[in-house]
Amino acid sequence: MQEIIRVANVETRFGNKLVHDGLNLSIHEGEIYGLLGPSGCGKTTLLREMVMLQEFSAGEISLLGYDIGTIGHKEAQALRKEWGVLFQAGALFSSLTIYENIALPLQEYTSLTKKMIDEIVFFKINLVGLKSSDAYLYPSQISGGMKKKAGLARALAMDPKLLFLDEPTSGLDPISARDFDQLILNLRSMLGLTIVMVSHDLQSIYDTLDKVAIIDNKKIAYEGTLAQVTSVQSLFIENFFKQEQR
Amino acid sequence: MNNSLSIQTDARVCSLNFEGEVTLYTLHTYELELKNHSLRNIDKIIINLHAVTYIDTAGALFIKSWQEFFVLEGVECEVLCDEPKSLQTLALAEQKKVDMKTLLKPKQESLLERIGILFVGYYVGFMGFMSFFGKLVFTKLHYLRSPKNIRFKEIAFEINESAIKALGIIALTSFLIGLVVAYQSAYQLKIYGANIFIVDMLGISILRELAPMMTAIVIAGRSGSAFTAQIGAMKITQELDAMRTMGFDPYIFLVMPRILALMLMMPLLIFVADITGVLGGMIVANIDLNISVDLFLDRFHEVIAAKHFFIGILKGPFFAFLIASIAIYRGLRVKDDTQSIGFNTTKSVVESIFAVIVCDALFSILFTNMGI
Repeated sequence: MQEIIRVANVETRFGNKLVHDGLNLSIHEGEIYGLLGPSGCGKTTLLREMVMLQEFSAGEISLLGYDIGTIGHKEAQALRKEWGVLFQAGALFSSLTIYENIALPLQEYTSLTKKMIDEIVFFKINLVGLKSSDAYLYPSQISGGMKKKAGLARALAMDPKLLFLDEPTSGLDPISARDFDQLILNLRSMLGLTIVMVSHDLQSIYDTLDKVAIIDNKKIAYEGTLAQVTSVQSLFIENFFKQEQR
Repeated sequence: MNNSLSIQTDARVCSLNFEGEVTLYTLHTYELELKNHSLRNIDKIIINLHAVTYIDTAGALFIKSWQEFFVLEGVECEVLCDEPKSLQTLALAEQKKVDMKTLLKPKQESLLERIGILFVGYYVGFMGFMSFFGKLVFTKLHYLRSPKNIRFKEIAFEINESAIKALGIIALTSFLIGLVVAYQSAYQLKIYGANIFIVDMLGISILRELAPMMTAIVIAGRSGSAFTAQIGAMKITQELDAMRTMGFDPYIFLVMPRILALMLMMPLLIFVADITGVLGGMIVANIDLNISVDLFLDRFHEVIAAKHFFIGILKGPFFAFLIASIAIYRGLRVKDDTQSIGFNTTKSVVESIFAVIVCDALFSILFTNMGI
């Protein structure tokens, strides 16, 4: 399997506060990879650094062969079309309908005809499990779970190879959350996606993730499969995973 | 590898040979090529994907929709593909494709319907303002019942934020207005040799009208818009709901302090505007019309009655009430999306300036008829 994301010795500082002290991890093609850790450990920060929303102080992150520390504007734009990002609350553009939200990248980046864009948009809406009639609603008219699905459909609009999810199941009821997990698994198998997600939802972690990285105490405490996670000494892992097995 | 589509016609069989990648970015050219190709005299179409290296879901949808189109036209159509990944994508496209004909477009509203919606909107808006107003009066009564209910800390904070910090800009605006009015009228007065009357003119116009109006306009643009945006953002982040559930009435914690702070401070701001406005006029009178400061002040004392000053100051609380209540009402009207903050902030400024001007006109008629 090809390496898609490599994080090497990444250091992050906010003023005097050190958040990451030399993180190393690698994510391979086709994996569903989870970033876990106690709150405030910088999981979301690391995710934001990967998608170039935030600068890191030292180290190297490379995505799909691009080194994002030294990337130029053109390559960065090309890279941005290769991934999809789902934000915690969906981050749908509130002035646009669901349809327009999903169609936006297609209209901006491709020269497809209206008919073809319609086809693609409704296919994506169907793919994430929304109804076609939801297409003309505005984000303020739909529920939180639907917002997430619509956000996912928008993230998938350009057929990305790589998908970033920031707490995909937070704020969903358990049934919707399990449905969402299933959706993510299906998408991976159907579209061959590589998925990187930040999650707190233990059930979702067990159901979906192939590999995890646990960030604790500014460093990677563990990287690997879930089965061996308890082999490592860490207060967070102790609290988070072991009580499940009790 | 080259991405291309070659079309071969052999007797009555047409084969579409795709090569390279069939993705979002290449579909456009293929579509044009296919559209320009005539289907006449053809019985069978073979879509050959053997040489395709990668096909994404958009590509698969494209293939499927053309396939449907060919079948609809009565042409037999066959897709040749043996790459497992591409086959999987094609199968997915077939499974999840939405039939565009079954889609219901949202129906357009008729003209009558739209007019109806517009007027109901106005009516609801008006009733909303009335209800806001009622709540405001009710809260005021609550204030009167016990002074303990008054949020002095919040009022002091708002006085600093929306009045004291506005002092500089109000002083400057009023100074410039005084300067401009004096300069323009000096030119006219010189023609008639009526230089000294600049004092009468400036005194009355600035004290009575210009200073209160300019102050109100600056405050509406500066503090009114801030009220709307703050309260609107608080509504979106559910802070207002949180306050309500904790038993903190937003009217007592947010609304009244802002209104009271502005009503208290507006007369003082107008007073400052009076001073700087007259100062601006005095400078022009001195330079342009050779009226010394002593002469200007003597004349001022002689012809400008104190009532002009008091009328100007008296308008302050009324203007402040209008600005603050409209701004806050607009803030509370913000809906659950970011657009509506911008919309309501604009509305808040426009409506409060309009309300101030209407109020000023009413005062003008009232005071003149009362002979003041």
